[in-house]
Amino acid sequence: MGEQKIRVLIAKPGLDGHDRGAKVVARALRDAGMEVIYTGLRQTPEMIAEAALQEDVDAIGLSILSGAHMALVPRVFELLKANGQEHVKVFLGGIVPDEDVPQLLKMGVIGIYGPGTLSDSYIDDIRKAVHTAHV
Amino acid sequence: MDLAAAVLEGDRLALARSLSQVENGTAQGKSVLSQLFPHTGNAHLVGITGTSGTGKSSLVNQLARHCRRSAQQGVARSIAIVAVDPTSPFTGGAILGDRIRMRDLAGDSGVFIRSMASRGSLGGLASTTAAVVQVLDAAGYELILIETVGAGQSEIDIARLAHTTVVVEAPGLGDDIQAIKAGILEIADILVVNKADLPGVENTERALRGSLNLSHPTPRRVMHHGKLEVVEPQPELPADSSQVWSPPILRTVALDGTGVPDLAKAIADHRSYLESSGSWQQRERWRLEAELEQLLQNTLMDGLQSRLPAGAYKQAVEDLLQRRLSPYQAVEMLVDGAG
Repeated sequence: MGEQKIRVLIAKPGLDGHDRGAKVVARALRDAGMEVIYTGLRQTPEMIAEAALQEDVDAIGLSILSGAHMALVPRVFELLKANGQEHVKVFLGGIVPDEDVPQLLKMGVIGIYGPGTLSDSYIDDIRKAVHTAHV
Repeated sequence: MDLAAAVLEGDRLALARSLSQVENGTAQGKSVLSQLFPHTGNAHLVGITGTSGTGKSSLVNQLARHCRRSAQQGVARSIAIVAVDPTSPFTGGAILGDRIRMRDLAGDSGVFIRSMASRGSLGGLASTTAAVVQVLDAAGYELILIETVGAGQSEIDIARLAHTTVVVEAPGLGDDIQAIKAGILEIADILVVNKADLPGVENTERALRGSLNLSHPTPRRVMHHGKLEVVEPQPELPADSSQVWSPPILRTVALDGTGVPDLAKAIADHRSYLESSGSWQQRERWRLEAELEQLLQNTLMDGLQSRLPAGAYKQAVEDLLQRRLSPYQAVEMLVDGAG
């Protein structure tokens, strides 16, 4: 009793079917002792925000390989805000061109983890970000 | 506004946060529960259990969809789903994947889905599932579907929590000996053979029916030495046979929704049966008693641990290892030492 587990939603917006990266991240977070709600493929920002609300998650990981990140990510932030969930941390995986990174970080994304990222790096980042949000 | 009041007002964010507080066993969670408890007792709690891979989540998805569709014709009701998946015993982490099968329900504000990790409990539910269900009940959800961890033979906590327990089987999982073993089949109020489009469905259904006929005492006609005799069931049964619930066996295909309307009807029938036979009150009593017992156990255990002198527990384990104490002696020592 009295456990405080970090809850993370892993979602894959967009229409491509490449969810291997999302599954690898989900598994790594599980092995780091987090509770991972895995929602599967082809999620809309509305579905993601709704799930984040119902599950009361601390963080959301979005895996995007379609190139639509500059449309999807702002929309997710907008919906989180509308739901009163500004405290939820958002991180990205997949294919994100370098020139988009500064703008995404400015929107509030805590980290962008492309292919080849070691799992320790995002695990640490999520722990730190969620911890500072709780204090 | 405080959390409990917001939940009663229908604030979904407050509901989600309350569920986390309750799940984490925080002081705030306990206070919310105490405030909400007088508002509970209205929802129909339906458990969905069965081996992993039989299609429980997909079935829950279809069932909720069906009930929501009939809701528009004025029958039913807002629905909450609590889906439990296992926690890793090694890392404490969990992958909660039941939502994947429930994507059809996204965007319906009359459905609230919450995933839970079992967090070390072994009975197919988390230790706080009952409390989480109470919060959803107080929030006004009329039908609460509780999906257990993929359950084998003895994960039967759900029978103590739910008013109606649906056990989901699938073809090809075991022979008729599996069906007469004790455990999960005995707790079924409704039996479902899902994936009924697969070969072997007749065999599975026959094995289940055979098992049910053995365990549910109804009058039977048998040929005995060339004479037809009626074998009366065991005593203590109400004279009116409509007062006995005999679990129906239903076939479904969760992928396309075949058989789901019949399942929804069976669940509603079971509720009517519980109400007309007086079993609803009886089950409520068992349910609350079971919860009280579990809470009492946890509280006593916590209390014991906090009163034990530092290191006493570790020392007891060491004594066991060295065979200086038997487990019974160790318990006696710990309980005395804490008193």
